[in-house]
Amino acid sequence: MAAFDEMGLGNGAVRPAYRALKAWLDSAPSELLDLRRSQAEHFFRRVGITFAVYGDTQDTERLIPFDIIPRIITAGEWAILRKGLEQRVNALNAFLRDVYGPRECIRAGIIPAELVDRNPFYRVEMIGRKVPHDIYVHISGIDIVRVDADTFYVLEDNARTPSGVSYMLENREVMMRLFPELFAEHRIAPVDNYPDALLATLRSVAPEAGRRNPNVVLLTPGQYNSAFYEHSFLADKLGVELVEGSDLYVRDDVVYMRTTEGPQRVDVIYRRIDDDFLDPLTFRPDSALGVPGLMNAYLAGNVTLANAVGTGVCDDKAVYSYMPEIVKFFSGEEPILKNVPTWRCREPEALSYVLDHLPELVVKEVNGSGGYGMLVGPHATQQQIQSFRKKLKHDPAGFIAQPTLALSTCPTFAASGIAPRHVDLRPFVLSGADGIRCVPGGLTRVALKEGSLVVNSSQGGGTKDTWVLDA
Amino acid sequence: MRIEVFHDTVYTYATPARAVTQILRLTPRAHDGQFIAKWRLDIDVDGRLHREEDGFGNIVHRLSVDGPIGRLAVQVRGVVETTDTNGVIRGGTEPVPEGVYLRDTDLTRPDEAILRFSRDVTAGATQPLEVAHRLLVAIHREVVFDVVPTHSATTAAESFAMRRGVCQDLTHIFLACARSLGMPARYVSGYFKRVDGVVDQDAGHAWAEAMIEGLGWVGFDPANGISPSDAHVRVAVGLDYLGAAPVRGSRFGGGGEELSVSLTVDQSARQSQS
Repeated sequence: MAAFDEMGLGNGAVRPAYRALKAWLDSAPSELLDLRRSQAEHFFRRVGITFAVYGDTQDTERLIPFDIIPRIITAGEWAILRKGLEQRVNALNAFLRDVYGPRECIRAGIIPAELVDRNPFYRVEMIGRKVPHDIYVHISGIDIVRVDADTFYVLEDNARTPSGVSYMLENREVMMRLFPELFAEHRIAPVDNYPDALLATLRSVAPEAGRRNPNVVLLTPGQYNSAFYEHSFLADKLGVELVEGSDLYVRDDVVYMRTTEGPQRVDVIYRRIDDDFLDPLTFRPDSALGVPGLMNAYLAGNVTLANAVGTGVCDDKAVYSYMPEIVKFFSGEEPILKNVPTWRCREPEALSYVLDHLPELVVKEVNGSGGYGMLVGPHATQQQIQSFRKKLKHDPAGFIAQPTLALSTCPTFAASGIAPRHVDLRPFVLSGADGIRCVPGGLTRVALKEGSLVVNSSQGGGTKDTWVLDA
Repeated sequence: MRIEVFHDTVYTYATPARAVTQILRLTPRAHDGQFIAKWRLDIDVDGRLHREEDGFGNIVHRLSVDGPIGRLAVQVRGVVETTDTNGVIRGGTEPVPEGVYLRDTDLTRPDEAILRFSRDVTAGATQPLEVAHRLLVAIHREVVFDVVPTHSATTAAESFAMRRGVCQDLTHIFLACARSLGMPARYVSGYFKRVDGVVDQDAGHAWAEAMIEGLGWVGFDPANGISPSDAHVRVAVGLDYLGAAPVRGSRFGGGGEELSVSLTVDQSARQSQS
């Protein structure tokens, strides 16, 4: 399957946005490129940007490989993506308000009740409750893939605690240091205002009762979490306290932070902890990561959690399959960003189609993430296919399937030289009481293995700097 | 029946705790089969007790106490007028869509053995009420009441494999079976006035409710092999024990925690006028 190459390699014509970069790459001596690559790696090692890979006992802290060839998006392409992302995130928020409120989309038959009600991330504790400013998903990562010059698909919505934004920021920083000449030659939209945008968003959603100058903290599960680097990085960039559950306590429905100067009231918690671990009195009783009583403070409206509790229901891949209808229902508009056609294995006809076509499909767990537990049919062994066949028959509702998309490729350094590798894009969309913010671009992830379609860093993917060119 | 409940839960800490927070689901709500004549929840220390409603519609009290706390007692005194409704629950508070009660939890997720068992014992049953009754009878027969081998975090599958458990475990097994057959079912915690005349008990009681088409929520008490009657006082519901637990708590500092429970459930000396 011939994939669309973002630079235009393979069909002779270099796409205009990549012309200057291609010319530079062609003229740069290979020793220089090698030097820059090793400098980039040295930079990342020095800042200590690592990622823990679960299920890998050998080396739990791993450097995510960085590829120095940037991925370029034109101003025109970005304008469409930006509008589409805004529309989608507004729809996600409207959907969550609705499923925890009047449930109109269920009554209207837009989505089957059981997909919501039986979803473990649909939190009973949130039914009928209001969240500050009616916003549930403050920070989202919407994964986008491209299949040709004009077609972008949303691959999945990440509405819980999407990670990766630190790589977006660090990638840009290292590129600006190593390739100042390229930045002089291109008009590249900046991304370094992301921390300001995030802080403004978080402050905007402070509880109404909150004071003029809301106190924002970042709650991390701690240094053993795979994204701890990102938590400390972001807290530092935002200029807010990085706290663990034990640094906070609740008294009379108000959250306080223990400090050397005594207790300090907390208004907004950017939490990078899953719902299950937030409050041992409401969720998992064995969680030592959370804050006892936090849910009470939250439901009393005295603290904002970003993201809200219960947003995971939109990360479900079966719910995802209804997003075009959900967008239409809540916005009254046609969706700007397309969905990948999806077979819901819970539907008997879809299941039998999927079972008959496993070698050509991608099968995913409805609640999976990080590229774990998925089958890429065309790259799977007979044995893997058989084992998925069993899983599907055992629990059809637990899976969806999609056609194997020819994800676009971008030139990437490989052992054999520069070669096309498949990429995706995770833009980070911020929703505040004062509107949507989205820095241009996002994180481009690249599948480093030849032909591989799995870009997740947990599965050996790498990243690239993403340039949105100002027109 | 007029049922009187005395329920004391006492925590002692060898090293005093600096603060204690608890969520108490110890206050029943009325429905057509139970009228709350009197109910009081007290603590014997200086603390704050805040009443609210949880996601399932249960009345919860949030207790916060600042230390040092060496001893903390939670005291329940209540009188409830019950009538036998053959287990059918009407006139209660139902904020949760019934489809939620089809969800498996870590405590109720069925394994192959439970799936096979629930299929086998309900084979041929066509009416939902019959399905639920068959489950009730079969679980009561198969699983022996035994306080020794299980604890509060034992799963339905673990208890079923041993064919042993307490009312909590039998209820989890019932929930696992019913949900696997597409029948919404939920956990109920409460009190039971024993028919054998024993008044002093070690713990509260637990049973299940299943959504039966045409009837609504109907109770099933697998530990006793019966439908709840006027001997049952219904306090809280949830997806499993954790959602309906009478007490969930957390303490800051302290150690050497010991818990003692004293519970008596008896028919009130003062008979209702009927």
